[in-house]
Amino acid sequence: MPTNKDAALRAINKPADLGPDLDLSQYSRNPRNWEPCPLSNLPKDVLERALEVGIASNKENRAASFFQIDHSVIFKAVQDAFENKVEIMSAKEALEKYDWLKDCWWKIVKVDADKYTALAELAWDQGYFIRILEDQQVTIPLQACLYISTDNLNQNVHNLIVAEPGSEAQIITGCTIHSGVRRGLHVGITEFYIKEDAKLTFSMIHNWAQNFDSRPRSGAIIEDNATFISNYMSLKPVKSIQMYPVAYCKGANSRVRFNNIIYGSGNSYIDVGSKIILQNEGCRGEIISRAIATDKAQIYARGFLQGERGNTKAHLECRGLILSDEAMIYAVPELVSKVSGAELSHEAAIGKISEEQVQYLMARGFSKSEAESLIVRGFMDVSIFGLPKDLEMEIQKTLDLTAERAL
Amino acid sequence: MPRNILEIENLSVEVSGKRILDDVNLQIPNGEVHVLFGPNGSGKSSLIMTILGFPSFKIISGRIIFNGVDITDLPINERVNLGINVAFQNPPSIRGVKLGGILNRLTPDKEKINELLMKLKFPPEFLERDINLGFSGGEVKKSEVLQVLAHGGKFIILDEPDSGVDVMNLRILGGIIKEELQGRSALIITHLGVILQYINAHMAHVLINGTIACSDSPTKILGQILNEGYTWCEKCLRTRTQRCEL
Repeated sequence: MPTNKDAALRAINKPADLGPDLDLSQYSRNPRNWEPCPLSNLPKDVLERALEVGIASNKENRAASFFQIDHSVIFKAVQDAFENKVEIMSAKEALEKYDWLKDCWWKIVKVDADKYTALAELAWDQGYFIRILEDQQVTIPLQACLYISTDNLNQNVHNLIVAEPGSEAQIITGCTIHSGVRRGLHVGITEFYIKEDAKLTFSMIHNWAQNFDSRPRSGAIIEDNATFISNYMSLKPVKSIQMYPVAYCKGANSRVRFNNIIYGSGNSYIDVGSKIILQNEGCRGEIISRAIATDKAQIYARGFLQGERGNTKAHLECRGLILSDEAMIYAVPELVSKVSGAELSHEAAIGKISEEQVQYLMARGFSKSEAESLIVRGFMDVSIFGLPKDLEMEIQKTLDLTAERAL
Repeated sequence: MPRNILEIENLSVEVSGKRILDDVNLQIPNGEVHVLFGPNGSGKSSLIMTILGFPSFKIISGRIIFNGVDITDLPINERVNLGINVAFQNPPSIRGVKLGGILNRLTPDKEKINELLMKLKFPPEFLERDINLGFSGGEVKKSEVLQVLAHGGKFIILDEPDSGVDVMNLRILGGIIKEELQGRSALIITHLGVILQYINAHMAHVLINGTIACSDSPTKILGQILNEGYTWCEKCLRTRTQRCEL
């Protein structure tokens, strides 16, 4: 039987279907060495950057934390109150601990999908394993940070998340870099298993740099009556991001929702989509995306809905705001129905800031620029994420912080 | 304090090259409430947009003096900050911009907002809603009146506060407008004058084809309009024009 490694070796030169093709040899594989330490002992600049992507150093605010810098796992711990409710560890450790994990590894995302998945197999640099145990309701978020401290580094993580039956949790993942890092490549594989009656809200925030490339590859399987909510936010300039995560609604009455907020500035090339495959009776899916393009940014906002069973329903809503004549937004909504009972719909709208809205706010005393930034911030309103109030406020804070600088 | 809160002198306005206001003259003394009548399309809302300074309403001639200051060339927000507050007839909805956020800008006084919400019978949940998004006709009016009263400027303009509102809400709006307008200066636009059941106005003007056709006591003008419709005013305007031409 061919191994994952064999398959990866065959795919290592295979370009991805979408996004600029990257020369993998241009990135360094020599990370800085980091010793494990408590989060609060990390340098202040690291903690500040982490905070911007939703990562708290105060452990009371998180049920469990995982922190990786470059290729080293420097922290992983479950808060006392959540022992025996959740597990968090490096993916390598988890694969050694649980034999059954092998059957979940490279099962949703294919190892030979393209050169980036292949790279993640052949040059694998940790990543996290998070498991919410059966019937456990985890009331405060878990967090995972993937941080790059070395310029031009290539970091390849492979994460695996299991929400056991009847469990409920929220995970914040922040991917970011040190302020001195200009270039680099982050490849992140994430496989999600959402078991029967489980509910998982996964919020990922990316903060990269103008010459940095990122190629996340994610897939989720959602079982009977389970719910998966995936929130994605990217607000900083980037050289290129290309990702097209897929959720398989495998179980009856399973639910999935993707919410994306993208602010593209500088020369960013951002190709972000979401795919939903409705495979069972009663499945529901929704994709909501907000894209703002300014400067010379190019944003491709994709959405793909596929109905394979009757009595299923999914909707795709894509809104784009263009703030510069040199920017571009390309909305690509795709619907595929293979049966008569799958109800699929989409709406897409791209426009500039409405003069009428600006004037209305000016008639409430705001200056023109205040009115415009209010509209832009409103456009990126995280309440579309449908998060619990406290988590929403936290993420809104992150967004405000970034938006303040961006606008 | 100048005698007039608002003086409009020989104001002519075009939108996309089309004349929509023609030699309008209007004075509203401090502390008076005036009413502006007019048929649909006569230029009532255009006059408001021009007073506020909306850029697509291009002033061809004339000027606007507010509280002694020539505001003809000021940007919208500066006029508002001088004390002009408008409750719009059809305001746009804005995703992600909360009513509460706008109110916080208009006044730091939370108690005042709560008091107004109570008087308007407007549920506080609306503060968390995206402004005007999915609001009913009555809710839009309440939200507009709430914003205007929260700011508490010197001069209030209400653009058809009585259109598209059911009797119940009209009574609520009429009551609070009456109360809040005590001793203040205001211009109220109305098509059919329903709001006048609740408000005592000092003077009424009729706008026909972009110009003020006549000015008189509100009860007298409303009576004529209710009896004869705006044809009476059109006749009146014709007479005046002819007189002018003679």
